[in-house]
Formats: sequence, C-alpha cells, structure tokens
Amino acid sequence: MATLLLTNGRVIDPSQNLDRVTNILLRDGKVAGIDVHDAGADEVIDCSGKIVSPGLFEMLLLLREPGRVVVERFASGTAAAINGGFTSVACIPNTEPPIDTQATVEFIQQQAARADNCHVFVVACVSKNREGKELAELGQLVNAGAVAFSDDGAPVYNAELMRRAFEYCLMWDKPILNHAEVRELTVGGVMHEGQVSMLLGLPGMPAAAEDVMVGRDIVLAESTGGRIHIMHVSTAGSIEIIKRAKKRGVRVTTEVCPHHFTLSDECLRSFDSNFKMSPPLRSQADVEACIAGLKDGTIEVICTDHAPHAAEKKMQELDLAPFGITGLETCLGLVVTYLVEPGHLDWPQVIEKMTTNPARILALRGKGTLAVGADADVTVIDPQARWTVTAEGMRSKSKNSPYIGHTLTGRATTVIVGGRVKLRLA
Amino acid sequence: MSVVTPEIEMVPASWTRRHLLGLEDLTAGELNLILDTATAFKRETAGCTQKIAKLAGVTMANLFFENSTRTRTSFSLAARRLGADTVDFASSSSSMSKGETVVDTARNIEAMGVNVMVVRHRTPGTPHLLAKSLDCSVINAGDGPHEHPTQGLLDIMTIRESRGDLRGLTVALVGDIAFSRTARSNIWGLKKLGANVILCGPSTLVSKQWEQFGVEVSYHLDEILPRCDVLNLLRIQFERQTTRPFPSVREYASLYAMNAERLKRAKNDVLILAPGPINRGVEVTPDVADGPHSVILDQVTNGLAVRMAVLWLISGKPMRDDG
Repeated sequence: MATLLLTNGRVIDPSQNLDRVTNILLRDGKVAGIDVHDAGADEVIDCSGKIVSPGLFEMLLLLREPGRVVVERFASGTAAAINGGFTSVACIPNTEPPIDTQATVEFIQQQAARADNCHVFVVACVSKNREGKELAELGQLVNAGAVAFSDDGAPVYNAELMRRAFEYCLMWDKPILNHAEVRELTVGGVMHEGQVSMLLGLPGMPAAAEDVMVGRDIVLAESTGGRIHIMHVSTAGSIEIIKRAKKRGVRVTTEVCPHHFTLSDECLRSFDSNFKMSPPLRSQADVEACIAGLKDGTIEVICTDHAPHAAEKKMQELDLAPFGITGLETCLGLVVTYLVEPGHLDWPQVIEKMTTNPARILALRGKGTLAVGADADVTVIDPQARWTVTAEGMRSKSKNSPYIGHTLTGRATTVIVGGRVKLRLA
Repeated sequence: MSVVTPEIEMVPASWTRRHLLGLEDLTAGELNLILDTATAFKRETAGCTQKIAKLAGVTMANLFFENSTRTRTSFSLAARRLGADTVDFASSSSSMSKGETVVDTARNIEAMGVNVMVVRHRTPGTPHLLAKSLDCSVINAGDGPHEHPTQGLLDIMTIRESRGDLRGLTVALVGDIAFSRTARSNIWGLKKLGANVILCGPSTLVSKQWEQFGVEVSYHLDEILPRCDVLNLLRIQFERQTTRPFPSVREYASLYAMNAERLKRAKNDVLILAPGPINRGVEVTPDVADGPHSVILDQVTNGLAVRMAVLWLISGKPMRDDG
C-alpha cells in the first residue's frame, strides 16, 4: 500500500495531547510516524494552513438499510459521511428489519465493505425486533461485532428490561444508547412545548418527557453499575441531571446534535417540516445549556442524528411529516461556525468530541487517535473555508436539511480511510 | 344596483397582501381596512342579502379537510354575493384517501383555474404550506388550534358594531383557550385595536405564558365577570384533546357556563358572543344564548360581510397610481 506524507498541517490529537504544526506519515493503513521528514513517500499532501485530525467519528447514523433504501443506501449514506469528513460511523438499528441477529449485523458489515467508503460499526438492538419486550441475543451480537446497544427510534421503555440489559451488558462492558422520551407526555407532539407551541397551537413535547427518562436511565445505570449513553440530549434539565450524576461517578455519557446548539423552537414559526425532529428544537435557554454543557465537558460527543427522509414525506402537513433531518454533511461546518468561531470551544476540544470521545465510549482501539500504530483514518480540515450548503452539493440521497442556503465556515478537504484517500477537494 | 361607496370601488393601495393566513401579522390599519370594507359591503347589500358583482370572473375554491358547515357556507355565499364562481372540495370526496399529498391535491385544484383557495385543516401551518406551494391566494379558514382570521374579524366587527370603538373595552375569551383558533385570532386582533383581553378557563386549558403578550389570565369566571364588556364563550374542542383537561362536563359547566345567574352579576349591557357551534348547557345555557345580550346571530351575518371584504381585498381590482 502506498505511503502518504501529510506535511505542515496543524496536527491535533487529544489522545496524546498533541497540537503542533508537523508532518505525519501513513504506511500500510496505519499511522507510521509523526514529525517525519521522509521525502520517499509515494504521495505528499501539503496541509499548510489546515488542521490534521484523527478521522471524524459519527456515533449516531440512521442508514435506513435494510429497509427504506429509497431515502438512503449504504453507498449514499457512507458517501455522505466521507463528504462531511467522517471516516467512521456507528449505525443505529432503526432499520427494517432491525439489527437484532448475527445475520443482520453481518449484512451491515457486508454492505459497508461493498460500499467501501468509511468504516461502519454496528449498534445492535437491545430487544428482539426492537419491540422492547425481551432482550435480543446480546452475546451473539457482541460476537458478531456489535459495539453497543440501542432501540433508538424508540426508548427502551420497560424499566425492568432496561435494568436487565444494563446488568447483562456488564459481561462485555458495552454501553446502552437510549433515546430519552416518556411517550405519554409527547402524544401527538410535533415540537417543543413552550411559548412558541402555545402561539402556533401545535401539540408540544415537553422537556420533562426527556428529563424524566434521563433520570430513570441514570438511576438504573447507577444501581446496576451499567453504562448509559444518553442519545441526542436537548434540554437544560437533562444536562443538569447528567452533570450531577457524573459528579457521583455514574457511568453516564452523552452527546448533542448541531441542530440543538444552533436552532431553537422559534424556527417552527415558518411551519417548515425541516425543523421537525425528535428530540425537538428546544427553547433558546436550552440551546444555551447545550453550549454550556459542551464547554464544561458534561457533553462529550457531537453527533449528527443523520435522518434522511424523502422530499415528498417532508412536504406534508406538520403532523404527518416524519421527524428528523440529514446532518452528516453540515455537522463540521456548523461546529466551526457556531462553536469555534464564537470561542465556545477550541479546536482540540472539538476534535476530542468528534473523534477521541466516541471511540473511547465505544471502546474501539486504533480509532480516534493518531498514535503510531493507529488506523490511518485522517480528516484534513480547512478551518477557514467558507462554503454555502446546497442540495446539489450533498451526497446523501435525501436533502431534508434546514441549513440549505446557509453559509458556513470550515469543511473537510481531504479524508483518508485506512490509508486510502477517499475525498480530495481542490 | 349602483355602488356609491368609495372603499369598495377599487382596492386601496395600502392593501398589499396576497394571502390571509392569520391576524398575528396584520397591522391595526389593515384590520380597520377589512372592518371598514366589511361594513360598507354590509350596507350596500342590505345586510349581505343582495348581490354586488365585484368579482365576476374570479373563482374561489373551498378546500376543507375538517368538517364545517357555517364557515364553508359563509365563504361560498360571500363569493357568490360578489359574483365569483365557487367550487367545493371536502377531504372525503377528494383523492386524499388515495394517498395524494395535500400539496398535490391543492395544485390540482389550482390548475382548474382557481384564484383564491379557502383552506381549513386540522394541522397548524397547512394553509401556510399551501401559500408557499401555490400561485393563487390562500385564505386560512382555520388551521387546527392556530388561527381562524375571518372568525376573529367577524367577532371584532360584531363588537365594533355595537360599541363603535374597541379601545378601552374589556373582552373575556372564556373556555378552551389552548385548543381554540378563535381565541388566538381574537387575541391578536383585539389587542391591536386597543381592547383589554382576559383569557379565562381551567388552568389546564389557559397558559399563564399568555401574560407575556399583554393579556390577563384568570381561572375564575366569577371574579372577572363584573368587569367584562364582552364575553366570547368558546366551545370545548373535545376532538383535539388527547387527554381530558377537566374531570367532567358537569364540573366545567358549574365553573364556566354562562347562565342567567351569572348574567345578573355581569354589566347591564354585556355582549355575549359565541363562535359556534355552541354546546348548549356546556359553555352557555339556552336562555342566555337566545337572550337579549346575545349577538350570536349577528356574528353569522357579519361573517358574510367580513368574508366578502377579505375576498374583495385579496382578489379585487387594485387601485393604480395613475388611476
């Protein structure tokens, strides 16, 4: 395999406290050296003025395959990931059929290999058929390669099942990723319950619906010693509960999506269904709490919750339009524009939350780091690039993004997966 | 008949809207223009009983995805009084049941040469979605609990007819505020025209957050009753509620039904409005609904006048600078 030398980039690797302008050598699909001045590489990529980061890691990807391949296939979803700068994704079992057997895990791995874009890790179901009734064969799923468990799309609703899952996962120390929502409180809801929903007459989804479930999951994780990863946190209340739990030593981690730190429920005044997602866009105070949680470290991961939907589904009445937006191709630009440029996070913090921390939570060796011997997954970022989000510029099959037309700063210019260049922008 | 009233000769240049989606966005000037135009139409058509062919060649379509008798009939009649053609689509008779999206249905109807589409839908924002997707004008005839602008206008017109001026009047909207589009349209319209608004109902159906918009919130009708010049009694929208907001209809009626006993404690000249359909015995007792304070049937007539005015302003012949 060819050797690649990335020269003169600002190499940031929080896993080894590295942040300096230097060279990095990739050989045989691995990181072969830092501070190398080897003129004998097959290819030299000049990274002057750029940031050289461990490959970005997406923890929350809805790939829709198997199932709704009209809106996304493996090939298009992973191509979108590459276009957004991601070298690894963890896909969520919100598929038809759900990923609850060894065979479906292997199907995912096979499709990922065929697409040959980025690495795909499998988050498998907690319960059989994602029904929330009995545990899936978690041990078999671990053997097949599952890195974590989730019934996302729905929370694991039954508290006893959740407690058993925490206990059972202790054998492999796998985390459970839960979508926190008490559904009795969100019946018919299309947006955050607050002043804006009151004005618009739209059924609301109160913050309490998330907070109550976050509290339950933390109590169950604490009492069993299990690991809970709260998916796409969105409320000030949940962030406060998580922060307190962390202080007590509960094994809880969490993540936030760009839309929850960039947009508020005011957007729904347009009645545009591209602002309809679950959890919903919250109040401005919640947006600020998300940013504060990122700053103080309560929130350790930034992920996209990439949820492709066909245009005709989103062109419906707000109650019929499905929840969710695409996010892979706007994530990095939103992080730079809304977190780095205003000074909320510095670059090492951003890279930690988009590479090192997801790899650590999912216990993936050789990911999220540029240490010698790690996988040669590298994302080169132009931190100054100004670009406008367009539907045509997206590789995802679905274009349901509220950011189309927005101008953002920062994007991936070179993406290397396992030592092979997958994206190369002029 | 010959028309002599200038405001209905040509649409004034100050009116620039293509759609009427709600009262929240309207200025006091725009509200007064609609009300003045409606008053003129009512006068020139002997109380909306005669034709005045101002909109010959215009086609109005009713696109109703929720049941309605009075609003749909009122819009049709208003259009016909103005000489426009009308066509009716109800969701049961359309292709919605075949899986067509609402936008596609509306585009098909528009393609038949429709100039104005009157839309009622269970979901807030659907008229707004159609306004963005179509070239014709859209009038919101009720989008879920959000807005029902012509209802708000006809309520206000009825008050104005009786009192001349809204400024300083205290108007209570009583009942199911949370699920009422009539409430929202009334709040915006009344506030802009200078009335004091009180929202009164059970705490599960009236949010304190409304106070941030300059309205008073009360849970106790008997406490506010003596101060009110107007009571607008809203229907409980049982069909929109996912959980029961109060224990029983009997308990609701004991706290909020306008009856003869309560009427005694109200101002002597209090006006009783109800947007209808009314549930006799729930929000109002029959003796009050049919009594001397009630202007419920005036509201219906004024509904025609307001809808004529809105149709005319939106699709009538505009005043030109050179004219």
